[in-house]
Amino acid sequence: MKLVIIAGPPSAGKTAVTRQIIRIHPELKSAYLKIDVVCATEDEEIRNEFHIPAKKVYSGDLCPDHAGIMILDEAIEWAMTEGADMLIVESAGLCLRCTPYTTQSFGIVVLSAISGIQSPAKMAPMIALADIAVVTRIDLVSQAEKEVFREKIRGIRGDIDIVETNAVQGTGMRYLTRAIGEAPDIENPATITLRGIPPLGVCTVCIGKTNIGWKHHTGVLRQLDGDALMFRGD
Amino acid sequence: MIEETIRDITILPGRNRKGIQEAFLEIHIRPGDTLSIVGPTGSGKSAFINDIEIFANRDTVTGRQILVNGKLPPERYVRDPAAKPVALITQNTRCLCDLSVSDFLRMHLLSRGYMKESCIQETINLANQFTGEPITAHVRMTSLSGGQTRSLMVADAILISNTPIILLDEVENAGIFKEKVIEVLRQHHKALLFVTHDPLVSLLSDRRIVMQDGAVSKVIEPDGAEEHAIRQMLHMDGIIGRMREMIRAGELITQPVPVSW
Repeated sequence: MKLVIIAGPPSAGKTAVTRQIIRIHPELKSAYLKIDVVCATEDEEIRNEFHIPAKKVYSGDLCPDHAGIMILDEAIEWAMTEGADMLIVESAGLCLRCTPYTTQSFGIVVLSAISGIQSPAKMAPMIALADIAVVTRIDLVSQAEKEVFREKIRGIRGDIDIVETNAVQGTGMRYLTRAIGEAPDIENPATITLRGIPPLGVCTVCIGKTNIGWKHHTGVLRQLDGDALMFRGD
Repeated sequence: MIEETIRDITILPGRNRKGIQEAFLEIHIRPGDTLSIVGPTGSGKSAFINDIEIFANRDTVTGRQILVNGKLPPERYVRDPAAKPVALITQNTRCLCDLSVSDFLRMHLLSRGYMKESCIQETINLANQFTGEPITAHVRMTSLSGGQTRSLMVADAILISNTPIILLDEVENAGIFKEKVIEVLRQHHKALLFVTHDPLVSLLSDRRIVMQDGAVSKVIEPDGAEEHAIRQMLHMDGIIGRMREMIRAGELITQPVPVSW
């Protein structure tokens, strides 16, 4: 079974890309997992449209990328039990600091061409560890903007594969299809690890404490002046 | 950025919406050629130039195939916008990039891998030949009018992208000086494809590709046979243009407009 992990900011077109991947790979039986925070309907839409196993996980108080990491092994087991040839995991796409890609997977970062010329720099970690960058809504920008956006992505990582698409129409997807086709299957789920190290997010805000100011919290904290993190508590 | 000289783009036929093969064997486009794509709305005009823009390889709905210099183009032409020999100016006249005109053009120059500061002002000067309202270097891209944006994009495609083939989707829509655009593009020896509803733009092209039901139904090469129609159209366009300028200038038109044609 192949593992495909799709990350990218909210509303970049991740689900539109997912739909195209499922559509253009009829030879692979897909399973789909959506991770989101409070609301997601993509699993139902995908299930109804393609009649494939689809699931969602709400992360609630936990950071959604952390939640995804926690449940990924069980999700692989679920997809294998369903007899899938490819498990597509779509992230919630929130803090842009986590990179949810793992070893033995194919990592896709989805960026919207209309999200602003500086957006690639803002989600640098998500781009740096991906296998391919898919730029959506390419039909809405000029040739010049397209080229500039591409250079901005290349500025984060010079050798990243880039696919430009109008994901709703499916233009330009032939190169993504090929790359997914060439991606190897999972070798051994037990040895899968994250490609990057997620940021520390272990403080009492993470578990729902609402006070402002570091003095009211425990865990990994920081103050206004200085970038250093400090730890308070047991 | 383009190592190989583009001598010829070949379009091989696909099928119409009923699955019937298109009415041509091969269409060749060479530098300096002008072609207009005409036909009713929904007849497949935009799909035709999109096939060229993405170098379709029997993998689009039309089933067409595009060759460069007689063979399948290298992948870079398709995937790397900076290596692509084709620039498409779409009907979209909004620029989303919130930078000043000069910063935007500078960024585009850099992404093309070269920097000649004078090229920025040259591009603005050229754009100003196409539009009635002059563009200045320090205004923001997002505050340009539709016509100004379109003019700047055409000038950018000629001087900065500098591609041998330019595709223009309804150039007449944004109220820019279309004859001037055609003239300049010819001077720069570009191959030009217009998707158009404009009679004058159609008549001024060397060839007309007529679309119907998602496919090419006819390729017309007038070869001088339409001289009379062109003269008549230029005359009418002169009157319309003159009146438009007078109305824009706030004049009251009480006399027949004199035209120099």
